[in-house]
Amino acid sequence: MSADNETMTPALQATRLDYLLQLADTSLILGQRLGEWVGHAPALEEDLGLANTALDLIGQARLLLTYAGELEGRGRNEDQLAFLREESQFRNPALVEQPNGDFGQSIVRQVLIDAYQLELYQRLQHGKDTRLASICAKSLKETRYHLQYSSGWLIRLGDGTPESHARVQRALTQLWPYTHELFEEQESDRALIAAGFAVPLAEVQCHWLLRLDAILREATLQRPQDTPFRWSGRRGQHSEHLGYILADMQHLQRAYPGAHW
Amino acid sequence: MTGSGNWPLYEIFIRARGGLDHKHVGSLHAVDARMALEHARDLYTRRLEGVSIWVMRSTDIVASDPGDAETLFEPARDKIYRHPTFYEIPDEVKTL
Repeated sequence: MSADNETMTPALQATRLDYLLQLADTSLILGQRLGEWVGHAPALEEDLGLANTALDLIGQARLLLTYAGELEGRGRNEDQLAFLREESQFRNPALVEQPNGDFGQSIVRQVLIDAYQLELYQRLQHGKDTRLASICAKSLKETRYHLQYSSGWLIRLGDGTPESHARVQRALTQLWPYTHELFEEQESDRALIAAGFAVPLAEVQCHWLLRLDAILREATLQRPQDTPFRWSGRRGQHSEHLGYILADMQHLQRAYPGAHW
Repeated sequence: MTGSGNWPLYEIFIRARGGLDHKHVGSLHAVDARMALEHARDLYTRRLEGVSIWVMRSTDIVASDPGDAETLFEPARDKIYRHPTFYEIPDEVKTL
């Protein structure tokens, strides 16, 4: 925990906790989603590739949740935060809870998030919160590989057969509206940015778009138009899918509280 | 599954540490060399097994015919003078 915690206002402290949960839940829920591919991927090799990414993400979530628990100071550890929070207390953007769909749809979702996490972590690793900075610096190495993997597939599928092109273009159009909330700066974000604990989302978005456009160009895909469709998973307003994920993920801890192996 | 069964086979070689040579560790399916490298990374280096990966198309390997084994290898059998076993190895040399 950083030394300046004591000097911070309770409001800012709560906002920091919320921000950590946003980062943690993004990785946690996406990791859980990707885990659903295990045993079902189109090839044994992809099975392992997706599982590796899922485990990287869950590893990131563990570090972030542990830190969040310490910052909260109520004695909750990573497991309690992951397995015993209610749906509305999850702070992940709704994009990561969207169903896997076909392999192409999972790849589209993955590229959107990988590029987002890459731009975010790259900036947070120099942030004022040194503990968060070191988690981001470590995660960045994983995220670079995630994007290499997912963008490689998106380019193959987009620039592949008419069928694969149509499928990933459709997935992109379907998922695009969910990207809006990734860059929506809330009141609380601005307080954190001013204090140096978060990064300006407009800047993240600008670099995310540059990166994404280059990938989409190579994949011969069209970036969809922005639409007025809005979600706010980061404020705890989720799509209908999160409840099912949590039922799956939390069942064991809720049925057998404190169980471990 | 219509997946990797139709993809070409690649042979994977991993260098465990700097200074060692690349060792054959197995094979996998991929559509091209770039994907083969990614798959090799995901399949064969998950537990820090390596610092470098080589991949090559299995079809690019030219192998000796097992039927020729007698001709190729038997003649070496009785030529023990080719083994460096007639030298005194100094005690200080540990890893020869």
